[in-house]
Amino acid sequence: MSEMRTIKDMPVNDMFVSGHGACAGCGMAVAVKNIMRILGADTTVYVPASCLVVISAMYPTSNFRTPYLFTAFENTGAVTTGIRAAQRRRGLSSTVVGLAGDGGTFDIGLQALSGAAERNEDILYVCLDNEGYMNTGIQRSGATPFGAWTTTTPVGTKVEGKREFKKDIMAIIAAHDPPYAASLSIAHFNDFIKKVEKAKAKKGFRFLHVMTPCVPGWRSDPSMTVEIARMAVETGMWTLYEIEDGEARTTYKPQTMLPVTDYLKLQGRFRHMENGDVAKLQEWLCAKWYLHYGNDMEQPVCATFEKMKRVRHPHEEQLHFI
Amino acid sequence: MKVMVISADHAVAYAAKLARTEVVPSFPITPQTLIVEQLAEFINDGELDADFIPADSEHSVMSMAVGASAGGVRVFTATSSQGLALMHEMLYAVPQSRLPIVMANVNRSLGAASGIWVEYNDSMAERDSGWLQVYVEDNQEALDATLMAFRLAEDRRVLLPVMVCLDGFILSHTVERVDLPEQEEVDRFLPKFVPYNMLDPSDPKLMNPIVPPEYAMEMRYQLDRAVEHSREVIAEVDELFAREFGRSYGGLIDTYRLEDAEYAMLTLGTATGLARQVVDELRSEGKKAGLIKLRFMRPFPFKELCAACRDLKALGVFDRSASFNGGGPVYTEVAAALCNVPTTVTGHVAGIGGRDITPEHMREMYDIVEKASRGEKVRPVTWHGLRGDME
Repeated sequence: MSEMRTIKDMPVNDMFVSGHGACAGCGMAVAVKNIMRILGADTTVYVPASCLVVISAMYPTSNFRTPYLFTAFENTGAVTTGIRAAQRRRGLSSTVVGLAGDGGTFDIGLQALSGAAERNEDILYVCLDNEGYMNTGIQRSGATPFGAWTTTTPVGTKVEGKREFKKDIMAIIAAHDPPYAASLSIAHFNDFIKKVEKAKAKKGFRFLHVMTPCVPGWRSDPSMTVEIARMAVETGMWTLYEIEDGEARTTYKPQTMLPVTDYLKLQGRFRHMENGDVAKLQEWLCAKWYLHYGNDMEQPVCATFEKMKRVRHPHEEQLHFI
Repeated sequence: MKVMVISADHAVAYAAKLARTEVVPSFPITPQTLIVEQLAEFINDGELDADFIPADSEHSVMSMAVGASAGGVRVFTATSSQGLALMHEMLYAVPQSRLPIVMANVNRSLGAASGIWVEYNDSMAERDSGWLQVYVEDNQEALDATLMAFRLAEDRRVLLPVMVCLDGFILSHTVERVDLPEQEEVDRFLPKFVPYNMLDPSDPKLMNPIVPPEYAMEMRYQLDRAVEHSREVIAEVDELFAREFGRSYGGLIDTYRLEDAEYAMLTLGTATGLARQVVDELRSEGKKAGLIKLRFMRPFPFKELCAACRDLKALGVFDRSASFNGGGPVYTEVAAALCNVPTTVTGHVAGIGGRDITPEHMREMYDIVEKASRGEKVRPVTWHGLRGDME
C-alpha cells in the first residue's frame, strides 16, 4: 500500500476522464473521478442502472479507461462476484469495483449486495449516495432523508415530503462483518483518499459509502456541492467512520454539532419543512450523534431532547461505537 | 465410454463436468436442484476444478453468469420455472453481449395453478430472448445436447447462449441407461474455452453500454442474423458429435417414418418417445403416419419444416404449454412456417401442469390429424386429456 496522505499526493492519471454528461456541481462525478484515480488502471468496473451509466457509457463512447460492464439495476453484488471469479481463474489481480447508486444499493440491489457481503467476495462495492432515484427524475429511495421533497414524496396539503428516516445501510453492512466498510465525504478529502486506498489494499468484501450531493435533486446551487457535503458532517446528517475487521472507528468528529437547519437551508428539497418536522429530524439526529460520538459531551442543539440520549441503537455494541 | 444408470439431471451435471465448466453460479429449485447438487459434489470431491457460487437468487445466478462469462471463462448453470422467470431480465443481457453461457432449464410449470411438474410455459416465455433453445427426448440426449450446447454456443459464428430444456421429473428424476463419454473424447470435441470479448484491464473494453437509437437497431439485426446462422453450425456440430461419439440427433429437427407419410405429428421433449410408439402402431395398421421431432425452438427451423412437410396432407402440432386463445406457441410458429405449404396444421395441447400424456391421448391426436388429412373439418386446436368436454 502506497503512502498517499493528502490531496497533493493524488495520482493525476485519470481513469474516469472528462467529457462525461454529469450536471454541473455533481457530487457523484467528483467521487467517481477520485476513486478511479486511486484505484488506477488495474481495475474492472461494473455500473448498474444509475446516473453514472448514463453520463459515462453511451455507445460508442466511454469515460472509463478501464474495462467496463453494465447490465441491470439490482445485481451489482452478483455481477462483480462473477467477474472476480473469472478474473481470479484467469490469474488477473484487478480490483473489481461496483459503482452503484443508493437506489441500487439500499433498495433494489440489497439482496445481491447482502449475498456478496455474506460470501465475503473479493470485491469493492461503492455506494454513491445522492439520496434518491435521481436518474429517473428525483424519486424517493430508502436513502432519502426525513422530510425531503422528491417527486414521489411531494409536498402536498396533507402530507409533506418523506415521512420515514434514512435507512442505516452501514449498520446492515456491518452486520455482515466485512473486512472493511467506511463512510466518505467529498468535503473531507484526505480522509476520503485514505479510505479508498485502504479499501483497495484489502482483500475480501469492502464497502464504501459516499455522500454525493445532487444539484437538481437536492435543489441546490452547483457551487455549493462540497459545502453541503461539509455541512452534512457538521450537523450529523453524515458521519465519517470506518469499520475494519470488526472494529469501528470515527475518523472525523466535529467539535460542536451545528443545528440541522444550517444544512437544510442550503437545499430546496427541505424548504417546505415546518418547525415540527425540523424538530423531529433534529431529535433523530441527536440520537444518531450520541450513538456515533458518545454522549459524554452535551450538544446544545440537543438540549431539548434529553430522553434521546439514553436511546440505545440495536447494533450499538456490535458496532463498538461508544 | 462408461455406461451409467442415472437421471437426466445427473446426466446434465456430468456433461457440464466433462465440458470442464469453470464457474457454476447456482440456486436451488425443484426439479433442477439435482444438477447443481451433483456439480457441488464434483467440485468438493476435486473431480471438477470450478468455482461453485451459491447465489442469493436466480436473478443473481444469471448476473454472476454474465459477470463470469464477460470475465472470460466457461460458465454453466441450471434452473427451472420460477427461477427462469426471475432470471428473465438478465437473460436478455446475454445474447446481445454475445456471451456463450450454457444453461439447463428443467421444464416445470410457471405461475399460479402452481406446481412442480413439467410444462413448457417457463422456457417458451423466453423464446424471444435471443437464447438458443433445444428440447431433449431422453437422458442420453440431455447429456449429449448439453455437450453440443457448449460447442455451439462458443462457435465464433454463433457466440450465443444455449438453453437445454428437459422435462421435469419425467427425465430429471428418472434413471435411464446413459453412455458417459470419456474425458479425452470430450476434450477433442470441445476445445479449451477462448473468450472472444472479455473484461481485461490490459485490453480495456466497454461492454453493454447504453445504446441510443442510432445503433441499437443494427445490433439487434446482428443478433437476428447470428441466431439464423446458428442453423448451419447446429448441423455441423451434430455431424462432429456423431463422428466422435457415434450418436446423431438430426440437428434442428429429426423425423421418424416420415418418408411416405400422409400425416404426422410434430412433438418435442419426452412426448416424442410416446409418439414413436403410436406411429409404429398406426403403421402396423397400414396407416401412413409419421413423426417430426422438433429439437430447436430457437433457431426455429422454418426451412427444414417446409421441406419436411412438403408431401404431408396434415400435420398436428403438440404443445405442452398454452398461448392462451391461440393454441400453443409451437403450433402458432409451425403454422406460420407452413403458411406457404398446402399442409393443414392442427394444434394439440396436452400434458399441462405435468398431466400424464397417455398412448390414448397421442392416438387421439393422430386420429384428428388423419381426419384433417382426408379434408374433414376438425378443431383447429384440441386440448387432450381434459376432464370434461371442450367448449
